[in-house]
Amino acid sequence: MAATKSPQVHDKLVIARDELQGLFDALHQRGYQTVGPTLRDEVIVCDVIHGVDDLPAGWTDEQQPGTYRLRRRPDDALFGYNLGPHAWKRFLHPPVVRLWHAERTNGNYRLVQEEEQSPQLALIGVRACDLHAIRILDRVLAHGTPADPIYSELRRKAFIVAVNCEQAGETCFCVSMGTGPEMHDGYDLALTELIDGDAHYFVADVGSAKGAAVAASVPHRAATEDEVEAADCKVAKVAREMGRTLDTEGLKEMLYRNLESPRWEEIAARCLACGNCTMVCPTCFCTTVQDVTDLTGKQAERWRKADSCFSTEFSHIFGGSIRATPMSRYRQWLTHKMASWVDQFGTFGCVGCGRCITWCPVGIDITEEVKAIRAEDRARV
Amino acid sequence: METLEEVIVEHPFFRGLRAEYVTLIARCAGNVRFAPSQYLFHEGEIADRFFLVRRGLVSLEIFVPGRGPVSIQTVSEQEVIGWSWMVRPYRWRYTARALEQTRAVAFDASCMRRKCDANHDLGYEMMLRFAGIISYRLQATRLQFMDIYSLNG
Amino acid sequence: MNDFHTDPMFPLLYSVRQRVRENDDTFTLELEPSAGEMLPAFQAGQFNMLYVYGVGEIPISVSGDPSKPYRLIHTTRAVGSVTRSMADLRENDRLGVRGPFGSHWPMESVTGSDLVLVGGGIGLAPLRPAIYHIMANREKFGRVVLLYGARTQEDMLYRRELEQWRSRFDLEVYVTVDRATGSWHGAVGVVTTMIPHAPFDPLDSVAFVCGPEVMMRFTVQALQRRGVTADRIYLSMERNMKCGAGFCGHCQFGPFFICRDGPVMRFDQIQDFFGKWEV
Repeated sequence: MAATKSPQVHDKLVIARDELQGLFDALHQRGYQTVGPTLRDEVIVCDVIHGVDDLPAGWTDEQQPGTYRLRRRPDDALFGYNLGPHAWKRFLHPPVVRLWHAERTNGNYRLVQEEEQSPQLALIGVRACDLHAIRILDRVLAHGTPADPIYSELRRKAFIVAVNCEQAGETCFCVSMGTGPEMHDGYDLALTELIDGDAHYFVADVGSAKGAAVAASVPHRAATEDEVEAADCKVAKVAREMGRTLDTEGLKEMLYRNLESPRWEEIAARCLACGNCTMVCPTCFCTTVQDVTDLTGKQAERWRKADSCFSTEFSHIFGGSIRATPMSRYRQWLTHKMASWVDQFGTFGCVGCGRCITWCPVGIDITEEVKAIRAEDRARV
Repeated sequence: METLEEVIVEHPFFRGLRAEYVTLIARCAGNVRFAPSQYLFHEGEIADRFFLVRRGLVSLEIFVPGRGPVSIQTVSEQEVIGWSWMVRPYRWRYTARALEQTRAVAFDASCMRRKCDANHDLGYEMMLRFAGIISYRLQATRLQFMDIYSLNG
Repeated sequence: MNDFHTDPMFPLLYSVRQRVRENDDTFTLELEPSAGEMLPAFQAGQFNMLYVYGVGEIPISVSGDPSKPYRLIHTTRAVGSVTRSMADLRENDRLGVRGPFGSHWPMESVTGSDLVLVGGGIGLAPLRPAIYHIMANREKFGRVVLLYGARTQEDMLYRRELEQWRSRFDLEVYVTVDRATGSWHGAVGVVTTMIPHAPFDPLDSVAFVCGPEVMMRFTVQALQRRGVTADRIYLSMERNMKCGAGFCGHCQFGPFFICRDGPVMRFDQIQDFFGKWEV
C-alpha cells in the first residue's frame, strides 16, 4: 500500500515488520553501510549488519551493577533489548585511526596525507540517550575551532535511524538527565516498534529531508491516529519505569565544592581503575596519539587511539603523573562527566544510559555515588 | 637630614611601631657601613647586635671543610639580619659577609635585651616582629631546600 | 584531504638552523620553515607541538621574538625519549611543527601598568617572548621588573641576554640562585624572596609568572601578600598534551583545557582548583 504523496518531514508512517528489509535496501542503494545491533558472544554488540536477519530478534537484556545477561523475550521484537556495551562513538569517533604517515627521502623526510575517504554510515537502532550522546560529541568534536575533521566528515555523512525503547533498563536514568526516553529531533527516521496480536509494525517519524527521501523508497503507509497514540503511550510508559534516578539540581557546583569529600577515597577502595566505564560511555572522547616507525625506519606513522583518563600515563608530565592515585582518577572521570563538562560544553556529559553501572566489574553505581556525595555535602552545611 | 628614628620607622621591619618605642630602641642603635667582602660577624662569635639592612647585599655563609665558605642565603635592603641575640647562648650561627657596599642600622643586643626586660610590652612587640621574620625565612628556606627546578619534579 | 591549514593534527615541516646548549640538560633549537610556507604568527605565551620523526611529539612554548615569527625558537629539557632525540638533531634536520596553540600573555590589556615577570628555572623561556614585546613597545608600560630564579648560575637560561637586559635603564632585572656555586656573588635564596621589596607598585601592577607549579604557588602567595590582586596575576600552566588542540582530553585541569584555555591563565579564574591535590 503505497502512500499517495511523498513523505514529508514530521510525517508519521507505518512500516510493516516484514517490509523493514526495504529500509536496509533503500540505504544500501544510496551507498550507505548499515551498522547496528547484532548478537555475538552472548552480548548485543554494534557492528556492520546487512539486514533485518542480523538484528537480535526476540532478545532482551537484564542489566544490574556489574551484570549483563541476555534473556529470551516472549515475542519476536527486533529492538526489544536496551543497550549493549558498544556506543556509536566506535563508528563516528573510531578508536583506532591513522592520521598520516611520513616517508624518508634523501636523508630527510616528507609527510603524506591520508587519501582514504571516510565511509557513509547508516546507524540503525540509536536510542534516545545515544542520540543525545551523539549531539554531545558534535559539540565536543565538530563545533569547536578547530574541529576534528575525521569526526566531522563521518558525522556529516551519517544517516540516523533512531529507535524508541521497549522498556526502561534497570540501570537507565535518561529521564533524570533529560535525555529521554522521548526523542524530538536529531534523527533522520525514528521508529517505534509495536506488536499487537499478529500485527508487528513500526511507527516511523520522519525527522529530516534525508529521512523523507529514504522513507519514500520503503513500502509504507500513513499512520493512523490510534497507531501514533500507541507509540506515544509506549514511550510514556518507559519514562515511568526508569530503574534509577539522579538529582541534577546544582550538581556541578555541588561536585566542585566537594572535591575533597572522604567519599572519593571510599570509592577508590573499590575502583580497579580498569577504565571499563570510559570504554562503554557514549560520550567519553579522550584519545591519545602514537607515533611509530617500521623496523627499517623508512616509514613513520601517526595513529590516534582511544584512551582513558584512568591510566596513570594519562596525566603524566616530567616528574610524574598529576593524578597518581586511583582516587584522583575516578574523581576526574566523575567530575568531568557531571560538572566540568557543563563549563566546557554547556551540558552534562552523562546521558543516563547506565552502561558504566552495568559494565563496572565491581558494580560502582554513578547514581549512588553522586547521592552519597550530596548527602555528605548536606550534612556538612 | 634624616634622624635615626626616622630611618627606623621607615624600615618595613619596624613599620607601625609606636613612637615611644622607636625613641627607646633608637638609643640602642647606630649607623654602620660595610665595604664589599667585609665581614659583619663570624660564626661562633657573641651575637651582640642585629642589623636593619638599608642598602646593599649580605651573604650568610657556612664554612664547609674542603669546600670553603658556602653561601646559603643572601639578605638585601629592607630586610633584617640576626635573631641569635634573642636566643641563648647568644652566639652567631653563621658568618655574614657584605657582597656589596652595605649600609645598615645596628642595634646593640644587651641594650635591647635590657629594655625588653624592663618593658614587656616592648619585648612582646619585638618578639612578634621577629617571629614573623623567622617564619618567613623558614618558609623560604624550605622551598629552597626542595630543589624545585630539579629533574624529579 | 588534510593539510596543516585544515587539519590541526597535520604538521608543517621545519628545519633546524641552530642548536644552543643552555645548560647540562637544556637546549634551544632555532627552526625555519623547510619549504618556505610558515605557520601562522604566534603570540607571546603560546606553544607549538614538535614532532621528531618516528619518535613522538611534545608541546614546547615558543621562546622567540613574536615580531619575527619566521624563525621559531624553542627551549626545552632533554628528559624523555622525544626531547633526547631532539637534542641530537643537527642543522638541516627536520621537525614536524603544529601550532601555534593556546592562550597568550595579555600584552594588550596591561598597557600603562607596571609589569612584574617572575620566572623560575626553565620558566624563563615562555616569558622571553613577552620581554621582547615589552622592549619593542617600551613606552606602553610602566615600570618593568624581571625576577628570575634558578638552581645555580650554571642552570640559568639566556645568560648573555640577562646581562644585556640588566644593563638597560628601562628594565630592572634581579636574579637569584637556590645554591651558590663557583664565583657567584649575587643573591642566594628562592625567587619568592625577591618579591616583597621589588620596585613595582602593587596597586597598579600585573604579574606574569612561569616556572614549576610549586614555585608558582608560592610566588602567587608572595605577590598577593604584597597587594597584587588575583585578577592581575597570570600563570603559565602545564599539563600532559597529546593533540594540543582540545580533542584528546589529556590536558584538563578542572574544567579547563590547558591547550586551549591556557597555558596562560588568570589566577582568579583557576584559584578554586589550583593547589587542590591531583586535580
